[in-house]
Amino acid sequence: MIAFVIRRLLLGLVTVWLISVLSFAIIQLPPGDFVSAYIAQQAASGSPVSAEAADAMRQEYGLGRPFYVQYGKWLGRILHGNLGESMEWRRPVSEVIGDRIWLTLLLSFAALVITWGLALPIGIYSAVRQYSWGDYLFTLVGFIGIAVPNFLLALIVMYFAFRLFGASVGGLFSSEMMLAPWGWPKFWDLMKHLPLPAIILALGGTAQLIRIMRANLLDELRRPYVVTARAKGLSETKVILKYPVRAALNPFASNIAYLFPYLVSGSIIISIVLGLPTVGPLLVKALVAQDMFLAGAIVLLLGVMTVIGTFISDLVLMWVEPRLRHQMD
Amino acid sequence: MATPTDADKFAVATQLQLTWWRFRRHKLAMVSLVVVVLFYLVALGADFLATSDPHASDARTSYIAPQPIHFFDDGAFRPFVYGIKGVRDVKTFKLVYTVDTGRKVHLELFGRGYTWSFLGLFETDIHLLGLRDAQRGDGIFLLGTDQLGRDLWSRLMVATRVSLTIGLVGVTVSLFLGVLLGGISAVYGGVVDTVIQRLIEVIRSMPTIPLWLGLAAALPNDWSVMQIYFAITVIISLLAWTDLARVVRGKFLSLREEDFVMAAELAGASQGRIIFRHMLPSFASHIIAAVSLALPAMIISETSLSFLGLGLRPPAISWGILLQDAQNIQTLALAPWLLVSAIPVIVVILAFNFLGDGLRDAADPYG
Amino acid sequence: MAEPILKVRNLQTRFFGTEGIVRAVDGVDFDVFEGRTLGVVGESGCGKSVTARSILRIVDRPGRVVGGEVWLKRAGGGPAVDIAKFTEAQMRDIRGPEIALVFQEPMASFSQHYTIGNQIVEGIRLHMGLDAPAARKRAIELLDMVGVPQPARRVDDYPFQLSGGLRQRVMIAMALACDPRILIADEPTTALDVTTQAQILDLLRSLQAERGLAIILITHDMGVIAEMAHDVSVMYLGRAVESGPVAEMFARPQHPYTRALLRSIPTVMAKPRTRLPTIAGSIPHPFNRPAGCAYNPRCAEIMGEICGQAEPPQVDTPQGHVRCFLHGGAP
Repeated sequence: MIAFVIRRLLLGLVTVWLISVLSFAIIQLPPGDFVSAYIAQQAASGSPVSAEAADAMRQEYGLGRPFYVQYGKWLGRILHGNLGESMEWRRPVSEVIGDRIWLTLLLSFAALVITWGLALPIGIYSAVRQYSWGDYLFTLVGFIGIAVPNFLLALIVMYFAFRLFGASVGGLFSSEMMLAPWGWPKFWDLMKHLPLPAIILALGGTAQLIRIMRANLLDELRRPYVVTARAKGLSETKVILKYPVRAALNPFASNIAYLFPYLVSGSIIISIVLGLPTVGPLLVKALVAQDMFLAGAIVLLLGVMTVIGTFISDLVLMWVEPRLRHQMD
Repeated sequence: MATPTDADKFAVATQLQLTWWRFRRHKLAMVSLVVVVLFYLVALGADFLATSDPHASDARTSYIAPQPIHFFDDGAFRPFVYGIKGVRDVKTFKLVYTVDTGRKVHLELFGRGYTWSFLGLFETDIHLLGLRDAQRGDGIFLLGTDQLGRDLWSRLMVATRVSLTIGLVGVTVSLFLGVLLGGISAVYGGVVDTVIQRLIEVIRSMPTIPLWLGLAAALPNDWSVMQIYFAITVIISLLAWTDLARVVRGKFLSLREEDFVMAAELAGASQGRIIFRHMLPSFASHIIAAVSLALPAMIISETSLSFLGLGLRPPAISWGILLQDAQNIQTLALAPWLLVSAIPVIVVILAFNFLGDGLRDAADPYG
Repeated sequence: MAEPILKVRNLQTRFFGTEGIVRAVDGVDFDVFEGRTLGVVGESGCGKSVTARSILRIVDRPGRVVGGEVWLKRAGGGPAVDIAKFTEAQMRDIRGPEIALVFQEPMASFSQHYTIGNQIVEGIRLHMGLDAPAARKRAIELLDMVGVPQPARRVDDYPFQLSGGLRQRVMIAMALACDPRILIADEPTTALDVTTQAQILDLLRSLQAERGLAIILITHDMGVIAEMAHDVSVMYLGRAVESGPVAEMFARPQHPYTRALLRSIPTVMAKPRTRLPTIAGSIPHPFNRPAGCAYNPRCAEIMGEICGQAEPPQVDTPQGHVRCFLHGGAP
């Protein structure tokens, strides 16, 4: 069991490391070095950088030295909590990102909860009542969920909300709450705005998980241990919920681990369509404007968050699977 | 029950033949196969089906709503569309172009239009539909036009070609990576296997879209449409091969335990022969199924990237680029028909999913 | 002889598949007596296991019990009742405290997600109304009774931590959890090796002697029947073709199918290097049930056209019952 946790932890660290290399590569990719880009931009905006300051910057970032030295210096600064400076906003990256990273996390997590909350009961229903009208209906909805990419779904929902209610459904806050300081009213406002984007984000994953749950449960329902449980005189509900559902949960739970990165990815796109104050729109803007420290920091933060989410999913998986617990002892 | 001749037929059939026979029984998958084939035919004949130059903008035809084709003119079968005329707005004195129901422009089959080249083999200006005696600005606007006055139908045809082939090229690249790495992983085992498996886990636990975005944004601005196209394909494939690699590895490992592989080994067949002559054919159908499930994911990826303005860039035309026009609500309120580009995306993804499911069931009725 | 504790009459179970209806159990009759073992024997696919499940009405979809009577003398005394007419809720009180099942594959028949203690206890708590500590104590006693070593520790093991023989003992303990008076053992020893097999059969015999259990032992193994059963019912394609006391049947089998089954048992007395007689052909596919006597295409003693035309009715013989025109009943 401890071996399993350690293995997962190590894997998570390797993933974080790889993501950090990729993030740094992304920062490095645009032609020319970013100090020159910064100097040019500062000059263009009327506050030129002196030659000494420019040299000091080159020294600090290790420009002209090999990739790994530059990477090391960058990583060192990150570990000290310095994510660098956003060129476009002329403010530290951490300030620019601010709440947005938590809102991204919140949105993804809400979508994860909705995915579970919908997929589990619907999957059970569809398997137990196989070929019923409800099953066909959910299968149909499921296929739509799979076939409509979530940015398209967001577009369509937005269009119809506009046509039917004349209202814009975007955003996570109402306009008067946007700049308000955090407090219960603002939190409550967020809770009112969160469900719609979270549901849009959750639909694709939900559809997939329903299919997985249904197929697994149909498999498990045919197993002899279900007959054993019936032969004990348990009620049908108890039989199904205690035994086959429990067994079907297992592959279901291992899929959760891959669901989280998928949701984080999706949140970026739907945030842009729905105008949500997450890191999504910021990332795209930063990339278009080649504001590379900001973009690199966002990619890195999203990666780290995903790894943490995946690690937590793994712990949950271990908790639901006695066989795994015992094998690892 | 099976008659002796049936039994003989099944006994000598190859794995692929058996899969095909089982596949034919899935009605939904068969229908999907037809749909997919039709889509690729459209991709092949995109320019032939287009009614006007998808790149040519014209201020006169900005935001024209979809125009139906009227089939009967004065009771006779003479299909026509209405022409376009400019009207001076009485309040703003701006020239506004609208549909002129007073002027009929007749259609002709195999009419002439812009010049296009079929796979680089020959050039022609023949299209399925053309207009007779058209004035400037006239066109068959089946699905309406965008802000720059470009015909949506024609753009959709060309976009279909781009989006569908990018999926194919992408899948080919990830298939190559998947079979290679999955195969190596299974054949060599040990440390190599562990490293590749961990790599797959690592890639799978990364959020793909931010990485794609980052990589795609780094593509130089001065690259040509073709260069961007291939770069995007490679970027998408780099993170998409993992599923295929898992399928290949899993099948390899389970087949290695099969009696027929053992028999071939005992008969002294070389490892290469065992892999290519005996093992590969028996999971070819699994690979086909995995590919047809990977394709829609590729198409979604390209569409999403282009939609965000970080994938293909205009003047390239793809589904994502068409949908980019529909990104904000003001535009949509003005020209809701721009959302039509979503339909082929949804239809083709559904078709590939059904097709893949059918193929998977047929390839492995117990899996 | 005393009145039977369980009387099955004309039991019928059908499977409503997409390709047609299969009559898995097609009018089975038998009697089970307290303290005695009824062996139900037949080839794979003859409907033995479905019969067992049909009695408790736990046949998997698309199967359904469509007819017949199951008369049970309940624990509280009183006249026998037809549990085939019970509601689902009433049936749940029968499953466990009155009739319990032991299954063929002890591994697959346990859930791997709960400890064996958990799986034994739930029946006890449901039917006997004990609280958790008392139920656990009883579970440990049961494990001890069926010969599981260190029951107080084993009770917290998961099924995958036990050997095959132990698992089957636990399965028997679980079946006996609520003191049933009838135990249906569905091929209880098939998945076990020979030594373990013998131990499990011994266990069943001693439990029967102690508690006066009525056992329905389902098997395809004539050897197990000879060792365990008092009475035998031979099944072929969903029907009991012959039934009677075991000694009589082994000495004077009446039905050609029983004779063929008995001939195909290997014995130490047989001449070395001779082929063991087998039954010609194989069980027909359930959709292609032969007309007339279902056994007629494979029968070595076929009488003529009548066998392919009419179904032989049940005929009483000095030893028991048989369904074959050789013993009369021809129209």
